[in-house]
Order: sequence, then structure tokens, then C-alpha cells
Amino acid sequence: MTRLNVNATRMELSRLKARLKTATRGHKLLKDKSDEMVRRFIVLAKENRTLRREVERELIGALNGFVIAKALMPSPVLEEVLCVTDSDFKIDVSTRNIMGVEAPVFSVDDGVAYKSLSYGFASVASDFDESVETLSNVFVKLLKLAEIEKTCNMLAIEIEKNRRRVNALEFVMIPQLEETIKYITMKLDENERGNLTRLMKVKTMINGK
Amino acid sequence: MVNKIAVIGDKDSVLAFKSLGLDVFFAETYFDIKNTLEKLAEDYAVILITEQAAEQVDELLLKYKKKCFPTVIPIPSGTGSTGYGMNCIKSDVEKAIGTDILS
Repeated sequence: MTRLNVNATRMELSRLKARLKTATRGHKLLKDKSDEMVRRFIVLAKENRTLRREVERELIGALNGFVIAKALMPSPVLEEVLCVTDSDFKIDVSTRNIMGVEAPVFSVDDGVAYKSLSYGFASVASDFDESVETLSNVFVKLLKLAEIEKTCNMLAIEIEKNRRRVNALEFVMIPQLEETIKYITMKLDENERGNLTRLMKVKTMINGK
Repeated sequence: MVNKIAVIGDKDSVLAFKSLGLDVFFAETYFDIKNTLEKLAEDYAVILITEQAAEQVDELLLKYKKKCFPTVIPIPSGTGSTGYGMNCIKSDVEKAIGTDILS
């Protein structure tokens, strides 16, 4: 490991010692943060997986029903029906903080989520009704999935970033500082010894005269 | 803060979402999807995109993964799931932990 390019002085030594202390403390904190983030991530990822499986299954069912309905109905009728349904769907969006990661939270009023079928039934295939119903039921889950999946994404990125920081401290910064401190201590000790022998030599020279 | 949801994909798959009152956009080619996504990213909190479409603009989605908004979520289309969504979860786990320990 390369040592830092600094002068071997006492001042530099105390400065480096302070830095080493900060680095060690930072390393410990970041490592703890990383552990906690991974713990939370695993919980979220498990939930994400089961939720996605459920949502995908229900969604495929609903969309298949829709495709069948589309085949049974003439397309102008279908488009007319779709135009009638309430537009301008909105959700409440806020954010929450998970281990320093800003993650979104979506919520939708139950009143808003529930849509009564707002079209005439005469020209519409029954598959269509069913698929709309399933779709609006799965929608709340879909939003939850969006929330969890996004949180997982962001946590994964943050965990990776954090790991880089921990590794940089552990394998580069701290060894470098330790080596430099050792070098300066040795150098100062060597100077001290050199000084001592010189003084002893001078003393014998004076005494011997 | 109140926000909107958009759906991007081929017509057969996304038209159903119109019945919920979501904003629906048809796009099937790479450039269509890319342009629509970039345009929508500014106004929408959640963008649902079919897996077939998501696969085409994979690298663009990586960019949005880092930001809080918009939340871009792959959904299966009418023809079934390609497994893209599940692979996304898998790659997240691999990124965070190093290996996929959950499967």
C-alpha cells in the first residue's frame, strides 16, 4: 500500500491521527448502516416478489378477459364505452425516508378506487364487465407493488453505493493512513536516536579533551 | 401532492386501463416508446409500461430507477408475462446482496 506524500513532522502526525480516528469511526457507522439497509431490503424484496407474482397473475387474467371482450364487440362500441368512463384519475403521492433514501408512497382513496360500471350494458360483452371489475380490484395492489418495487430499486442502488464507500475506507483510506502514521513515527524516532548519539559523541569529545 | 398515472404499451394491452380512468398512450416501436416515456416522465408519478415495451428501452429505465419520480413499473401484457418484471427484482437483489438468495 502506498503511503501518503507528507512531511514527517509532529504536526502532520497528529493531523493524520485525527483523520484515522474519523475514518475508523465513519467506517464503523457506514458498515452498520449497510447491515441495516440489507436487512430492510431483504424484507422488502421478499414482499416485492410475492406481490408481483399475485399482481401479474390477476392482471393477465383481467387483460385476457379484455382481449376476448374486444373480439366480441365491434371496436367503435368498445371505444365509445371507454370514452364514457370517468377520466382524470389521480392518486396521492408523498415520500418517506428509509435509511436516508427518499422513497415514494402512493395512496388512493377507497372511494376513488371503486368505480361503478358507468356504461350501458346492452352492447357490452360480459367479459368486459368482469375484466373492468378485476382490473379495478387489482389496481390498489398494483400501486402497492409500484411503491415497494421503487423502494427496492432505490435501496439496492444505495446499498451498492454504500458498499463502495465502506470498501474504500476499509481497504484504501485506513491502511494508507496507518502506514503513513507508522512511517512518520519511525522517522521521528530515528531522528531522535540520531540526535542522541550525536549528543553522546559530542559529550565524549568534550570530556576526552 | 396529487398526481397522475400513465400506461404505455401496445393497444390491446393498455386499452383496458382506460376503463379505470388512467391516461393511456400507445407505443410499439423503440422511438415511440422512448419519446413517450421521456415526455411523460415530467408530469406523471407512476408510469406503467408493458414488459414488451420495457425490454426495448431497458437502458432508459435504469436512469429512472435512481430517481424518486417517476416510478416506472413493468406490467405483463395481454399475451402473458415475459418474466422481465421478475428479472428486475432478481437483478436488484443481486446488486444489493451479491447473489440472488431469495429464489
